[in-house]
Amino acid sequence: MSVAESKTEKVAGWNRPPVIEPDGEGELLEVAMGPHHPSTHGVFRMDVALDGERVIRLKPVFGYLHRNHEKIAEGAAYLASMPYTDRLDYFCSLTNNWAYALAVEKLTGQEVPERAEYIRVILAELTRVQNHAASIGFLIQEMGASGTPLMYAFREREKILDLFESLTGSRMMCNYMRFGGCRVDVSAPWLDATRKVVAGLPQFVDEFEALLSTNEILMARCQGVGVLRPELAVNAGVSGPMLRASGVNYDIRKVDHYGIYDRFQFRVPLGDHGDIYDRYMVRVLEMRESIKILEQALRDLPAGPIMDAKAKIRGFRPKPGEAYGRIEAPKGELGFYLISDGGPNPYRYRVRPPSLINLTVLEDMSLGQNVADVVLIFGSVDIVLGEVDR
Amino acid sequence: MKTVEEIKAAIEAGVPGAGVEFVSNPSPSAQHSLRLAPATALAVATFLRDDAELAFDFLSNVSGVDWPEKEISEKVKVTRTVTKTVDGSDGQKVEQPVEETVEETRKHTQPGCLEAVYHLYSVAKKHGPLVIRMRTANRTDHTDLPSLTPIWRAAEFQEREVFDLYGIIFTGHPDLRRLLMWEGFKDYPMRRDYVEPDDFEYEPTAHDEVLKRAQEHKSSEQPAEGSRDQGMTTG
Repeated sequence: MSVAESKTEKVAGWNRPPVIEPDGEGELLEVAMGPHHPSTHGVFRMDVALDGERVIRLKPVFGYLHRNHEKIAEGAAYLASMPYTDRLDYFCSLTNNWAYALAVEKLTGQEVPERAEYIRVILAELTRVQNHAASIGFLIQEMGASGTPLMYAFREREKILDLFESLTGSRMMCNYMRFGGCRVDVSAPWLDATRKVVAGLPQFVDEFEALLSTNEILMARCQGVGVLRPELAVNAGVSGPMLRASGVNYDIRKVDHYGIYDRFQFRVPLGDHGDIYDRYMVRVLEMRESIKILEQALRDLPAGPIMDAKAKIRGFRPKPGEAYGRIEAPKGELGFYLISDGGPNPYRYRVRPPSLINLTVLEDMSLGQNVADVVLIFGSVDIVLGEVDR
Repeated sequence: MKTVEEIKAAIEAGVPGAGVEFVSNPSPSAQHSLRLAPATALAVATFLRDDAELAFDFLSNVSGVDWPEKEISEKVKVTRTVTKTVDGSDGQKVEQPVEETVEETRKHTQPGCLEAVYHLYSVAKKHGPLVIRMRTANRTDHTDLPSLTPIWRAAEFQEREVFDLYGIIFTGHPDLRRLLMWEGFKDYPMRRDYVEPDDFEYEPTAHDEVLKRAQEHKSSEQPAEGSRDQGMTTG
């Protein structure tokens, strides 16, 4: 994205959705897609106005899964919210844990031991692989390929979830990270099992790609559909694989240097066109990069403590102040904004949900497209309703 | 990245009369922030986005914060002059002014307000965060702030959420509706003084307090026309 290009664009309303006029034949049909439509990944509704097959208007409706996570967290001690962060994006509980732990560590100035950082990276990248595999599986499922690619993805996801279960005690609700470290240490047998699973991952991605990347139906349905311009993507706060598929080189692992990501060799895959196919491809390539990080982290994992020795478990009261911590979660930028008033509970606890904010541009991408493509565009955003509605 | 003080100076040079205030953050994160005056916020935000060196083109996070009215009592040492009777030099009692230091508790109310906090980053320059915040005049009738959605589209849903849960009215927002709560919901759930709705409806075996409230509620509520219960009795 060149600066000059975006400068000339900034006339009034350049970042608003386009106005699509109906062609004047027939009547407009208003459809509520959801909240129980299987393609909406949960309870989400799109109020769509259709002119024939073409989408004229699209308004997302949220809140079916709203439980005011933020208010509950204000009434609980800092650590008591940790298991609840698992329930935000229940596909990626470990990255949710990390983002929250990172925000609290920024608030208190705690240090994380090296071994714990490595374990965090290993778990976060495993989470990324299984999330991307599953999200591609769901995308293809919505395209009409009932089952096969999704089952391939879930077979691999199952192996990773087994690793999570044997380490943390739970497949999806891991509740593993703590402020200043991790809850339990990894064992040698667990590391062996992880190495085995990681060694099998490249083959899985190859197989997945051989099945999908040049598939005629996938290419016909995805290429040139749901295009997102890079200037709009940045302005609308889109993050994660969706932003990079539009060609914007912005990966928080590279930008913020949080954790120990500086030590690993990996590249940031970028898209050219910003369509559904690029989003699919960026996710596939990110899986490959994650496997690279996993191999390096498993090779270099040092011995040592997994908790900050000075970490205070009881009577945890951060000094007054505030902190915003964010990480590159599989779905985008996941941030936690905390204000402390010196008490045992956060005064303000805010989750910056990547799923919700990435949906800002759903309308822009869908207008003028066929209604069947809206399902795919929506699927390519990759959301989890637990995080959208909180 | 420039420090927050340097950014403040740059804003004051770029937008005359901006009225930006530096807010220090004592926590180890040291993410200091700038408080914008609502009147000039749009101009300052446009400057922050379009300035070639700052280039804060990515609005990451918008959050509301509720600061209710707070009574602060502080102890102040006051020196005052009191007249005391002391023994004079010639044995007589003489009244004489004496200075005395007393500790006094003073109470004052800090007015309440609602606050909107924005976290900005730059994708072009890869720096950040810059925290900017705005305060409403009070928590009751003047809860409006200028919307930054025209500048950063990322604020569209997040400002709707803050409006929904805190009741800050963002003027200039293209589509200000409730986001998470349903239409027709009255209160603002994230405010500190929010009272949760009565729970009698969800209590399977209502007793004591809850039963009393349930009965009060039943007697005050008129049965709705054509409700299911009526339909059942009339067949």
